Amino acid sequence: MRQLVEEMRQDYETRISDLEDRLARTERLAKSARDDAGEAVELAEQTAIDQSSGASAPNTFNPSIGAILIGRYADIDQGWDEIPGFQSGGEIGTGDSGFSLGEAEINMKASVDSLYYGNLTISVADEGGQTEVGLEEAWLQTTDLPLGISVTGGRFFSASGYLNSFHIHADDFADRPLPYQAFFGGAYTVDGIQARWVAPTSLLVEVGSEINWGSGFPASANRETSPGAWTLFSKVGGDVGDSHSWQAGLSHGSADAVERSGSSSDLFTGDSDLTVADFVWKWAPQGNSTSRSLKFQGEYFRRSEQGVFAGNPYNGDQDGWYLQSILKFAPLWRVGIRHDVVDVSNGPLLVGTSIEDPGRSSFRNSLMVDWSPSEFSRLRVQYTNDNVLAESEHQWYLQYIMSLGAHGAHQY
Amino acid sequence: MIRITLIFLILATPLSARAVNIFACEPEWASLVTELAGDNIEVTVATTAFQDPHQLQAKPSLIAAMRSADLVICTGADLEIGWLPLLLRRAGNGNIQAGSPGNFAAAEFVRRLEIPKLIDRSQGDVHPQGNPHIHLHPRNISRVADALALRLAEIDPGKSAEYDARLADFQERWAIAMDQWDERAEALSGLRLASHHRSFSYLADWLDLEIVATLESKPGIPPSGAQLAALLEQLTPNPPAGVIRTPYENEKPSKWLSDRLDIPEIVLPFTIGATDEVVDLFTLYDVTLRMLEEHAN
Repeated sequence: MRQLVEEMRQDYETRISDLEDRLARTERLAKSARDDAGEAVELAEQTAIDQSSGASAPNTFNPSIGAILIGRYADIDQGWDEIPGFQSGGEIGTGDSGFSLGEAEINMKASVDSLYYGNLTISVADEGGQTEVGLEEAWLQTTDLPLGISVTGGRFFSASGYLNSFHIHADDFADRPLPYQAFFGGAYTVDGIQARWVAPTSLLVEVGSEINWGSGFPASANRETSPGAWTLFSKVGGDVGDSHSWQAGLSHGSADAVERSGSSSDLFTGDSDLTVADFVWKWAPQGNSTSRSLKFQGEYFRRSEQGVFAGNPYNGDQDGWYLQSILKFAPLWRVGIRHDVVDVSNGPLLVGTSIEDPGRSSFRNSLMVDWSPSEFSRLRVQYTNDNVLAESEHQWYLQYIMSLGAHGAHQY
Repeated sequence: MIRITLIFLILATPLSARAVNIFACEPEWASLVTELAGDNIEVTVATTAFQDPHQLQAKPSLIAAMRSADLVICTGADLEIGWLPLLLRRAGNGNIQAGSPGNFAAAEFVRRLEIPKLIDRSQGDVHPQGNPHIHLHPRNISRVADALALRLAEIDPGKSAEYDARLADFQERWAIAMDQWDERAEALSGLRLASHHRSFSYLADWLDLEIVATLESKPGIPPSGAQLAALLEQLTPNPPAGVIRTPYENEKPSKWLSDRLDIPEIVLPFTIGATDEVVDLFTLYDVTLRMLEEHAN
């Protein structure tokens, strides 16, 4: 009898504890159902808000708009506006001492439709009291072609070299390296068409070509006849582990110059062939550049020009290179060092002209430190030991670069 | 002519005959798509648990991977705004442009927190579409899984039944796991923590954690010494249980603060691969909860 009662008791206890478990589980389910219901209501509300606040305003399709403000204070003794032995193109040189506004840049970009992406960059600069407006970029690019092909047309930065496709506000120094100033007049802009193809490989292999009808140095305008310049380029790049990445590029281009003028009245007519090799390597611990990173980059330029310069037969070779390294040593701070040099061998026939061999290399050594409290602002101080002219000089630059509006692209 | 025919043959190879190439911006989405598609895919992940998805650059290896992608799975809500648009433009791949089926943004399918009222950069690197770190709320994962399985079936219709079955299986396992996590969550409710960045807002929302302070006073702007000192003063009378951060965030500010308050610095895994133990979404939640439980008392 007692055993029977004991068995019944145990049986009831088991059932009760089962029931308790089930009750607890039901309560949990009820709670999670309540939570889900609460969330469903919130989601429904947000959807309703999203839909009802959907603007039909005419500015809904505005492109993404960004503006860049650059300004500097410089301490320069003599400075220079052309490099000995080179016919200068574009806007090059040290600029003036004192405070000056650099280029302000306004950029607009957006998808045009399902086939094209468009970009417009206008630069506004102050030239001795006169405001100069420039059309820096105006291009469209296909987005829908198959097989890794894209075509760009309009005015755009050439894919020659590494630095050329960057806007100057993304540069690591207050001025472009000497070979960029000597061979591209700062930056090589193409008015024409570019096609590029990315290979279906895990290593980046990209090849492309550009045809230039424009007058961007080192080409010269002759739109009515044939394109004045062409370029072939290739880029290869990849990762080594999580911490390292690299890219190497090679480009070769040829430009027809027709009565091309520099800052002097001497004219050049002939062929200008330029080869550029570039390399960049980046490191960050585990690929995390939040606090520390290192970048090492270098480019080598070699140009040969044949034709007639200031009435003389001319067959000259020039070359130049730079190496620079940037170390981010704290979340907001970077320090950089750069050596840049150009060399001329124009031959004895040009003695007495504006590109007479200076008999020496032009070179500089620069150090910079910059501070960026956010992705959108940067203050920089740079020291340059400048040996472009025979007499060496010390130069100091303080520079600000501010980015308003659209988020900038983290171009590699 | 033969060559052209060959090219068209390759082009016409249906997806069902080969693996779907997936480009995942973050490890959590790579893990989710692997749950839903198994061996039918090849996945490239753009970031690791040690890399800040805000900060990445459009590096060459990613352009190459984007070139061959059939489906790009990212968080969206502007998390990848610095590099993803550039990759899309550089890759020459029409299948994965924004708005096409090959472009999947997870944040579109969940309710986002912290949508700012004032969209101005004086407030830091604000995301107009709300906090993009959506993956640490298990219900978000469940919603994204539903949407992603549909998308896989759209991209690769030949295997849609398989994607359906895998989704059902995943959702079942996920619901059981969620049930257990919800049970464990009760003990964590009200846990007071300081956080480096607003990386854990969804986790806090789910677990009912109280984030008493964010070390970055404005998102994306590293805290200054003065700001940290003010925070120290503010938190000293009633210190939180710990300072949490992701593996990729700068350790110095949270170390400094936790040392002075004599509270632990807790590096939560944040995403898959942060420790050897965190191999998928299930272990990510398990380890995260365990680490918080260790500091809950």
